[in-house]
Amino acid sequence: MATGESRTDLARMMSENENTILRAWVVAFGSADTRISAQEIESQARQLLQALARAAASGNLSDIRRPEYGDVRDLLSAFSRSRAIQGFSPTETATFVLSLKQALFDHVRKHRTEDAAADTWTLSLLIDQLGLFTVETFQRTREELIARQREEIEELSTPVVKLWEGIVALPLIGALDSGRTQVVMQNLLEAIVQTGAEIAILDITGVPTVDTLVAQHLLKTVSAARLMGADCIISGIRPQIAQTIVQLGVQLDVVSKATLADAFALALVRTNRAVVHIRPNGKAATAPQPGGLPVAAG
Amino acid sequence: MDTIPILKIGRALLVTIQVDMHDELAARLQDDLTNRIVECQARGVLIDISALEIVDSFIGRMLANIASVSRLLDADTVVVGMRPEVAITLVELGLGLPGVKTALNAERGLALIGGVSRHRDMDDAVDG
Repeated sequence: MATGESRTDLARMMSENENTILRAWVVAFGSADTRISAQEIESQARQLLQALARAAASGNLSDIRRPEYGDVRDLLSAFSRSRAIQGFSPTETATFVLSLKQALFDHVRKHRTEDAAADTWTLSLLIDQLGLFTVETFQRTREELIARQREEIEELSTPVVKLWEGIVALPLIGALDSGRTQVVMQNLLEAIVQTGAEIAILDITGVPTVDTLVAQHLLKTVSAARLMGADCIISGIRPQIAQTIVQLGVQLDVVSKATLADAFALALVRTNRAVVHIRPNGKAATAPQPGGLPVAAG
Repeated sequence: MDTIPILKIGRALLVTIQVDMHDELAARLQDDLTNRIVECQARGVLIDISALEIVDSFIGRMLANIASVSRLLDADTVVVGMRPEVAITLVELGLGLPGVKTALNAERGLALIGGVSRHRDMDDAVDG
């Protein structure tokens, strides 16, 4: 193991031979990527090397979680984040940090003959830690990205559409799991409060499969809406799905219609409205809906 | 001991629950309500729970009980003003309050009591 003296020596070596090490580093990295310019790589490498030399001057070359490595960590985080967002792979990102090893080892071998093995070992451990930190930050950034995108997709895929005064529709798209059902339910109930809707149409045309779990989620949404005083109609049940539901023995005790149009027609009837055909002479024809209800457009 | 006031509006009774319910209060409310339904020949009972942020299985059962008792006395029970988060919690608890009518607010609830027969006819017309 290196003594305390040789550790500060290493720090001095890094700052005194900055340019030599830097050149060796950039050569070792040897990137020919078009996403990032050579100047940018060099300036990032220089900043990192300077910060590392400053941190190493404290004599601590073994633990990068200590406060003296704050600058190094910040630089690495920023670097790793920007690479993650630009779409670099973890290998490409980590190689940048790890190729510093080669540059430093060469230098140690040439100029510090007496305890080269101990120094190499110390530096190796240090750079491994830096490499791991980079990969970890990289991965965390990607995970944040994925989480954000999932949130956005959830928001996008559960819009509540007001079809008419007192009638809202919820076109469900994509697989329904318990997490999404929660979002769907919340959105629907809030929309019911806001619009004062009496009827909510759940359209499942875009739901790829309906199994017992999805059916249960749908029924939960229906009962929650009922507790808020709104009736639900389920629409968009494809023939295949209707067969699956029956085969699974799921009891869907809800009014259901084959298409959104049918559901909307029923909703209009229930709210005492009708859609009528206008004849070319401008006169309204008799209402086509059952019961011949009067026209009362919203 | 506090009581929950029961207001008479036309042929409907309005109860607003604003305080935490406990056994005794619930029993007393059921007693009072039953008596008032008979006295006033009420057609319906509106229970406003818009002030409640938490509804547990106890209140859920109380509402169901009131509904059953009112039904025997030929009055409809309508629970009004439930908050979205309360509705979600109840559904997650498996308390869908079957047999209890619901409405978004007191106004709708009153209309529901007044217009029950009309709605029934309409549904028949559609299904037939």
